[in-house]
Amino acid sequence: MPAAANASERRAAAATVRSGWVRRLASARIGGLGALALVLALLPLVFPNNYFFEVAILVALNAIVCVGLNLLIGYAGQISLGHAGFYALGAYGSAILAARWGWPAWGSMPVAVAAVGVLAWAVGRPTLRLKGHYLAMATLGLGVIVSIVLSNEDWLTGGPDGMAVPPLALLGFTVQGETLWYGIVGLGLWLTVWFALNLIDSPVGRALRALHGSEVAAETVGIDSARWKLRVFVQSALIAATAGAFTAHYAGFITPAKASFLHSVELVIMVVFGGMASIWGAVVGAAVLTLLPQFLTVLKDYEMMAFGAILIATMVFFPRGIVPTLQRLLSRSRR
Amino acid sequence: MSLLVVEHLAKRFGGLRAVDDLSFEVPARTVYSIIGPNGAGKTTLLNLMTGIYAPDTGRVRLAGQDLTGQPTHRWAAAGLGRTFQNLQVFFNMSALENVMTGRHLHESSALVPAIFRLPSLRRAEAANRAQAEALMHRVGLGEWIAAPADAMPYGALKRLEIARALAAGPQLLLLDEPAAGLNQTEAHAIDGLIRELARGGMTVVLVEHNMRLVMEVSDRVLVLERGARLAEGTPAEVAADPRVIEAYLGAETPAATAAEVAHA
Repeated sequence: MPAAANASERRAAAATVRSGWVRRLASARIGGLGALALVLALLPLVFPNNYFFEVAILVALNAIVCVGLNLLIGYAGQISLGHAGFYALGAYGSAILAARWGWPAWGSMPVAVAAVGVLAWAVGRPTLRLKGHYLAMATLGLGVIVSIVLSNEDWLTGGPDGMAVPPLALLGFTVQGETLWYGIVGLGLWLTVWFALNLIDSPVGRALRALHGSEVAAETVGIDSARWKLRVFVQSALIAATAGAFTAHYAGFITPAKASFLHSVELVIMVVFGGMASIWGAVVGAAVLTLLPQFLTVLKDYEMMAFGAILIATMVFFPRGIVPTLQRLLSRSRR
Repeated sequence: MSLLVVEHLAKRFGGLRAVDDLSFEVPARTVYSIIGPNGAGKTTLLNLMTGIYAPDTGRVRLAGQDLTGQPTHRWAAAGLGRTFQNLQVFFNMSALENVMTGRHLHESSALVPAIFRLPSLRRAEAANRAQAEALMHRVGLGEWIAAPADAMPYGALKRLEIARALAAGPQLLLLDEPAAGLNQTEAHAIDGLIRELARGGMTVVLVEHNMRLVMEVSDRVLVLERGARLAEGTPAEVAADPRVIEAYLGAETPAATAAEVAHA
C-alpha cells in the first residue's frame, strides 16, 4: 500500500513541523515577555512630555483589565457587561475608605478589591449555574446599578462631580509623579501578562479552555463547569477592581463615568478586537482602542464615525481579532 | 457484583417515551453492548447514564453509589468515562493537551503554583505529559502527539476521545458508537483496542450499530426497542432470539436470519 505509507509519512512530517512550531511558540512566550519588558522600559525615553505618560498609564491599566476579562470571555466563553462596574467599585471602594475614613491606601486597596470579589461571587454563583448568557444579563444589570448608585449617593461618592482621592503612600513615602506611576503600572501589566500566560499553560488553563472547546466533554472528564466559570469570573473581577483601585490613587480624582455601561462595552470590544483567547490580543486590543481616539481627535465631529468604521473594517478583515489572525497568516506564510 | 446498576429508568420527551422502565446490570470487567434500531433510545439512555439528562423515574448506581440526577462531573469523579457519537473534542487545543485535560481529576487546580509556574507544578505537568503521551501511543496515536486537534482526521479523533476518557482512569468506559464513520480497517483497529481494554480489566459499555463489532467483542448484549428491553444475553443468545431478528429484519424464517444478524 504505497499510497497509505505515503500518507502516513506526510502526516509524520507534518507532525514534526508542528512540534517545531510548538517549541517556537513556547520560546515566543519568553520572547513576548522579553519584548514587552523592553517596550515598557524604552518607551519613557521617547516620551516628550507628561501627557504621553498619562496615555501610556491609561493603556496599561486598560490592558490589565482586558487580560483578566479575556480569561473570562476568550477562555471560559462567558461575557461580562459589568466590568466597568467592578473597576469603578475598586476605585471608589478604596477612595472612600481612604478619603472618608482615613485608611492608608495599602489597607483600603486590598479591602476594596476583596469586597468586589465577594460581590462578583454573589452575582456569579446563581447565574453561572444556568446554561446560556445569563451572566451577561446579570452583570449588565449590576453595572447599571453601580453606575446609578455612584452618581446618586452624593454624601458618600461626591455624586456626578466625583471625589478627590488621597495619594498612595507607603512607609511615609508618597507615590507621585508620572514616571513612578508609569513604572508601577507597567510592572503591573508585565506581571499580569506573565501570570496569565502561566495560568493558560497549566491545569487551570486547560480546564478553562476545555469549557470553551466543549462544555459537555469538559464535564465528562470531571470539570465542574459552574465552579470553574465562577472562579474565572471572580478572578477577572478582582483584576478589574485592582486596576480600578490603582487608577483612583494615581489620578487623585474619580468620577462615575468610569462605571458607565459604555465603558463595560469598550472593554469587551478591546478583547474581541485584539483577539479572544489570546493574552497578547487583549494587550494589543486595549492599546489600539485606547490610543485610536487620541489620534482621531483631529477629525473632530467625525471622530466617532471614523472609530466605528475602523472597528467594522478590522472585524471584517481580522475576524478572529488582530493577534490570532496575524499569527495564523504568519504561520501559513512560513509553511 | 455489578459495577453499574440501572433500575426502572424512564425518560419521556413530550409524548415520546424515549426510555421506558428499563432495568439492567453491567457486571464488572465485561464488555456490555447496547444495540437497537435508530430511535430505540440508546443515546437518551447514555445521556441518562452520564448525568446529561435527569431521568423522570428510576435510579442509576455506579459501584454502589447512587448518581441519579447528579451533574456530569460527579459521574466522572465516581469513575465513569465516556466518548461521544458526534465528536466532542477540544478543538482549541493540541491532541496531547486534550488527553492531558482528561487527567483533570488527578491534577491540582491550585492557583498560586500555576501563576508562578512553581517547580511543583512543572514536575506534575511533566508527569502528566508523559502519561498522556503513553496513552496516545497505547490507542495508536503516537504520530499525532504534537498535532493540533483540528488538524486530525476523523478516525484519529475517535481514538483521541478514547485516550482522553482513559486518562481520567475510569472504572467504566462508555463508548458511544466508536466505529461510526470509520472504514473497515479503522473499525477493526477499534475492535482490537476494546478487546485490549477488556483484557486489562476495564468495564466497557458499548453503544454501536456495527453488528460485527458488537458480536465479536461483547460479553453481553442488551437489545433496545422503543426505549424498552427487547432482549438481553450473550451475543449468541441475542442473535438467535426471534424477537431481535424480527425487529432488525422484519418477520422471516428465523433460522436463516439468525446467521445474517450475527454477520451483518
